[in-house]
Amino acid sequence: MWFVARRLLHAVPLLFCVVVLNFVLIAATPGDPVTILVGDFPAPPGYVEQVKREFGLDQPIYVQLFRYLGHVLTGDLGYSFANRQPVSTLILGRLAATLELTLTALLLASILGIILGMLAARWRGSWLDSGVQGVASAGYSIPDFWLGQILILIFSIWLGWLPSQGNMSVRGAPEGFAGFLDHLRYLLLPALALSFRYLALIARITRAAMLEVLSADFILAARSRGATEISIMVGHALRNAAAPVITVIGYNLGFILAGSALIETVFGWPGIGRLLFDSISRRDYPVMMAILLMVSVTVVLANLATDILHRMIDPRVGDR
Amino acid sequence: MSAPLLEVRNLSVEIVTGKEKLRVVEGASFSIARGECVGLVGESGSGKSMSAFAILNLFPSPQARIAGGDILLEGRSLRGLSPREWRQVRGAQIGMVFQDPSSYLDPLIPVGRQVAETLRAHGRNEGTEARVLELLDLMELPNAAEVARKYPHELSGGMRQRILIAAALALRPALLIADEPTTALDVTVQAGILNLLTRLRAELDLGILLITHDLGVVAETCQQVHVMYAGTIVEQNGVEPLFRRPRHPYTQGLLGSVLGPESRAGNLFSIPGSVPGARDMPHGCRFHPRCPAAKHGVCDTDEPPLVIRAEGGSDRCARAGEIANAWERAA
Repeated sequence: MWFVARRLLHAVPLLFCVVVLNFVLIAATPGDPVTILVGDFPAPPGYVEQVKREFGLDQPIYVQLFRYLGHVLTGDLGYSFANRQPVSTLILGRLAATLELTLTALLLASILGIILGMLAARWRGSWLDSGVQGVASAGYSIPDFWLGQILILIFSIWLGWLPSQGNMSVRGAPEGFAGFLDHLRYLLLPALALSFRYLALIARITRAAMLEVLSADFILAARSRGATEISIMVGHALRNAAAPVITVIGYNLGFILAGSALIETVFGWPGIGRLLFDSISRRDYPVMMAILLMVSVTVVLANLATDILHRMIDPRVGDR
Repeated sequence: MSAPLLEVRNLSVEIVTGKEKLRVVEGASFSIARGECVGLVGESGSGKSMSAFAILNLFPSPQARIAGGDILLEGRSLRGLSPREWRQVRGAQIGMVFQDPSSYLDPLIPVGRQVAETLRAHGRNEGTEARVLELLDLMELPNAAEVARKYPHELSGGMRQRILIAAALALRPALLIADEPTTALDVTVQAGILNLLTRLRAELDLGILLITHDLGVVAETCQQVHVMYAGTIVEQNGVEPLFRRPRHPYTQGLLGSVLGPESRAGNLFSIPGSVPGARDMPHGCRFHPRCPAAKHGVCDTDEPPLVIRAEGGSDRCARAGEIANAWERAA
């Protein structure tokens, strides 16, 4: 428990830096949110000044920064210029949708990737191994938004099995468990498209880690005791190969969150990816910064979870 | 006379890499009786560990395999067993302990469960905990219950080796193969492990095949010795006659490199050169390029056969008689 508290404390200065850096970077980019707010019409100079004052944009940059930090600390993420509503209300529902999509994709990628990697390592050099390697290469080289479009083409347009846009039936969405199933039908294609790349990565890492462990001395010792191959694979090899695999899964959550922006656009998924895209094109700075902050927090939490898992699996970690 | 516990007949092991086949053990024969400790001695690369792995048909590298000969356990041939039958032999009828106890224990699993693995692998799921504690007591480990819960990195090298021995003997096999069990340990700890093996041999009527490069270890623990060189057994005898009157120059070289109480560090002997690889085996006697007594025209033409001597034991040296006499005169 001390370890968790210490790690959370470490995260505070990190998140602080993230917030400051985001703020400064955005302030340094060319373009002025006021022009977007006011619009293309030739506005009287007095009106522009008034809008600037209203949003505090007439203050020096460091004053703006300190005010922003103060607000973030109290949980106030600001006000969206473009949407004219508080950022927190705007983000919360969409963050949940994005996390649902990304975590599902990561779960799919982890389960399938680990199973494929294990099988490939166990039957190294067989057709199964070559197949897994082929899938892995494909996963690396196929862009996920293109894969998404192909999936839509096959499963929505040609076969008509699954819906292609949104996250639930707009009209007559059923209640209860049926509603959940309805929702899953919407989730499946975008999650698959998003997961493929990570499935490839996890399969590769699992295969390499398993191969290394399988040649370890203690595997030979377990065989000399008459242990079955299955108990060796699951009881010794997978456990010992878990550390690098968990690291890869945990540290890729940030990338998968970033990657979801494209997939959400392709599948019309109402997550923060689309919101980020929109807020960039509209120079909606508070929304941009809030999203970046949320992503940072998620990555920090994912890394923390990774470290905790490491400690649970390996008694030697942090034991000094 | 009943069949010995283990009889290895004319065993050959080869390593297959691509098109190449390398014989790393060539025609090795030896036997072990119940309650007897047999030493297999040689430098690294002499094929002693490969012979040991062959008895379990379990090699560290997938390229190695038994190429010929037979292995009989209580008269029953182990050649041609199915993978499943081999698994039933391993751990239940033959136990094995290894060189470096830290790398042969799974670092993520409490040691007690690794001892229990032998029991579970052979379908003994009841009373495993009690049996594990009993075994740890037998291994002279204090606070067995506490030790069983520890992870390998929390134990000393000697304790880890005792855990490996406990796992190997959990099902009371009649034969224990010990592959350099003391090499990775401190000298003081070595003595403890050797004493333990000697005690277990007597108490459990255990046959032990002890693989080592250290003749000092053999002198303390074994009754019979086989000296291996470049994949063949070059001399075999009881421990006492072998130390008194070694007949093969290689054995003499090994004995000369043991630091006894009377020898000075200054005249400690070492055999020049190193064991030839299976790829460039010399013609004639395999030892002749390194042999101080090699005779041109004799030792470099034909490989000497293993000759059983009337005085006991056997050896593979064309000049065994003179060489043994010279050793005795010098002693």
